[in-house]
Amino acid sequence: MTVVIDRTRASAPKHEAGPVSAAARARKSADPGGGLYKPRAPIYPKLVHGRWRAIKWAVMIVTLAIYYITPWIRWDRPGVLPDQAVLVDFAGRRFYFFDIQLWPQEVHFITGLLVASALALFLVTALFGRLWCGYACPQTVWTDLFIYVERLFEGDRNARMRLDAAPWSLNKAWRKVGKHAVWLGIAFATGGAWIFYFHDAPSLLRDFWIGQGPVTGYVFCVLLTFTTYVFAGTMREQVCIYMCPWPRIQGAMLDTNSLQVTYRYDRGEPRGAHKKSAGWEGRGDCVDCNQCVTACPMGIDIRDGAQLECINCGLCIDACDEIMLKVERPIGLIAYDTDAAVEARAAGKPGVYRLIRSRTVFYAVALAIVGGLMAWGLSIRPTMDLHVLHDRNPVFVRLHDGAVRNGYTIKIANRTFQAQTYTVAFDGPAGAILKTPGDRGSRDILQVEVPANEVRAVRIFVTLPPDAISATNLAAAFVVATPGDEIRVKTTFLSGAANAP
Amino acid sequence: MSKREADEVTGVETTGHEWDGIRELDNPLPRWWLYMFWAGVVVAIVYWVLMPAWPGARSYTQGILGQSDRADVAVALNDLKTVRGAQAARLKTASLEEIERDPELQAYAQAVGQSVFGDNCATCHGTGGVGAKGYANLRDDVWLWGGSLEDIHRTIEVGIRADHPQTRFSQMPAFGRDQMLSAVEISDLTEYVVALSGRPANAAAVRRAEPVYQAQCVACHGPAGVGDQKQGAPNLTDQEWLYGSTRADIHAQIWNGRAGVMPSWKNRFDPETLKALAVYIHANAGGQ
Repeated sequence: MTVVIDRTRASAPKHEAGPVSAAARARKSADPGGGLYKPRAPIYPKLVHGRWRAIKWAVMIVTLAIYYITPWIRWDRPGVLPDQAVLVDFAGRRFYFFDIQLWPQEVHFITGLLVASALALFLVTALFGRLWCGYACPQTVWTDLFIYVERLFEGDRNARMRLDAAPWSLNKAWRKVGKHAVWLGIAFATGGAWIFYFHDAPSLLRDFWIGQGPVTGYVFCVLLTFTTYVFAGTMREQVCIYMCPWPRIQGAMLDTNSLQVTYRYDRGEPRGAHKKSAGWEGRGDCVDCNQCVTACPMGIDIRDGAQLECINCGLCIDACDEIMLKVERPIGLIAYDTDAAVEARAAGKPGVYRLIRSRTVFYAVALAIVGGLMAWGLSIRPTMDLHVLHDRNPVFVRLHDGAVRNGYTIKIANRTFQAQTYTVAFDGPAGAILKTPGDRGSRDILQVEVPANEVRAVRIFVTLPPDAISATNLAAAFVVATPGDEIRVKTTFLSGAANAP
Repeated sequence: MSKREADEVTGVETTGHEWDGIRELDNPLPRWWLYMFWAGVVVAIVYWVLMPAWPGARSYTQGILGQSDRADVAVALNDLKTVRGAQAARLKTASLEEIERDPELQAYAQAVGQSVFGDNCATCHGTGGVGAKGYANLRDDVWLWGGSLEDIHRTIEVGIRADHPQTRFSQMPAFGRDQMLSAVEISDLTEYVVALSGRPANAAAVRRAEPVYQAQCVACHGPAGVGDQKQGAPNLTDQEWLYGSTRADIHAQIWNGRAGVMPSWKNRFDPETLKALAVYIHANAGGQ
């Protein structure tokens, strides 16, 4: 990216604010200073008002609501099956999602979901930049919430800076204690809500408070309380800058035609302080007020161009627009824009926006394919499954009259919500007789009842009369059927003919 | 010998040792390493206090937590009893037929039976239950003492030629070793038994053996040679042979009259386990 910023501006008085992110500061300064690491400089984001802030509040409310409410949605399922709409049932080895239920063998649907999510993330990033990071990422949402709480107790940017610089007093103490207490409360509610996804929420809520909950529930509640408190309370932007791999990956998704929060230097430069009486000729619109820097939750200066720390949240846009209105210049000095468009305008040409590019087309097509495969897979998802295991010891048994018996364990999975009766037939050499323990009779076809949503293992003994035995290995198959469905699994009947006396 | 001096480049003292002109700097241990070391020492001391640690002449230091693997095993076994309680109780009261008919109880009995079989029976009968020469095959449909659920249960309970007062007992005489029959008669009888199982045999020998068989063998094996499960006499007309099917095997058996012993398991297993084992063996033998 060739961002050219004119630094030959006249020196002008400015607010004492600069990018505080250690990485950003290191880039600005030619002298790296002593040591490999710098302590984190606290960031005091200033509250802004505007379109993007409003959208961020809305997204925060919606995402938090989804997170906290989802486990409480009830969904009627027949019989003893859980009535929770979204439930990861580890004990019962099922994943319930409204009308969809998945078995452990169907984990490829989860893989598909992850692949589709990744592709959707790629597509959105290639088109609109890191919208996920700026609006929907849990790290952003909870950090935003924690900063909101911080503001309630300690005031906005300047008040917070004064409070932190002030010596300890009763006033400072109660504000700090109150803030951390509410943070911990939110963190606990976050960890607490998480475990409801894995157990029946109402009964777990009761069991949790009377100390009867599962140990894993308490462990994960404490763990997530801790991580929420630390990540959103004290680590914040460091999680994005140092821990998260996404900022590194995004470089491969973005190009000069991706919409990103951009400082339109073609309009802003040369920047400098502006007196009300002075005109605007021969200078840029940027009055160097540093409002964009004070608003930034990542502690960067967006005027330095696109950078790894920027999460594309747009708060600097709101901050700048407020100032632009005040100085009576058009808003949008900082805006969602593309590097290509800004560059074109700087060169005196009109900016061109290209949403349809080879990479966006590729991501969209890949997303459509994966989504289509998932939908197709779900629509043809079999309601029954059959597994056949031939006995290994003994592989065959010779009976008194020279007949040979093979033992099999077949597993029939009933994925429907109703109990089903399956017919089990052995498709092999003629004359085969089937028998199952507990059934005194022998028959051609067995009836096996499998309870709703369960797997039943059935031992089956297949006996072939001596005249049906023509080879050591005889090809055969088990055919399990319901009136509307049928599954056939190949197996082998081992006669041991070569070992006959 | 060693001579301590400061290194010119770093100003750090050396250890004074020199190997081929290379001297070793005497830097202090890294702080973090030292902290870990002392933390390890503290943990060790705490561990000695809490857990069993030092051996003594007769006993050992118990530790104030009173941890004992032996006690843990006892608790775990007790827990197992509790977990199995409901099923085991039903197994106790249910009849053998009821166990076999109830799918849930049947599955439980199979599971118990399988593990008990592996621990106790597999030594002779094999893990797959197919036996070996002299050890009965429990997977086929040939039974010396009966293959019904009740028969199998009874055999496990009292054993065969065991020390139980009601043990199953049969005796094949050692016709050759005890000189009850001549060598020629035994050779003829061998041909007769081969003929009984439908295999080609020396017709003259079979004719000669006929009166001998009627005199010596009929009482147990029956006139047609189909045996008698009440006496534990094997069927000589089928294709299953406890001591082998060749002429040499059959001859040796008539000569020596071998007979194995199966212990009585009544005092080894509780009644539920005995039932579960019977159900397991019966089911895997195809269930007569």
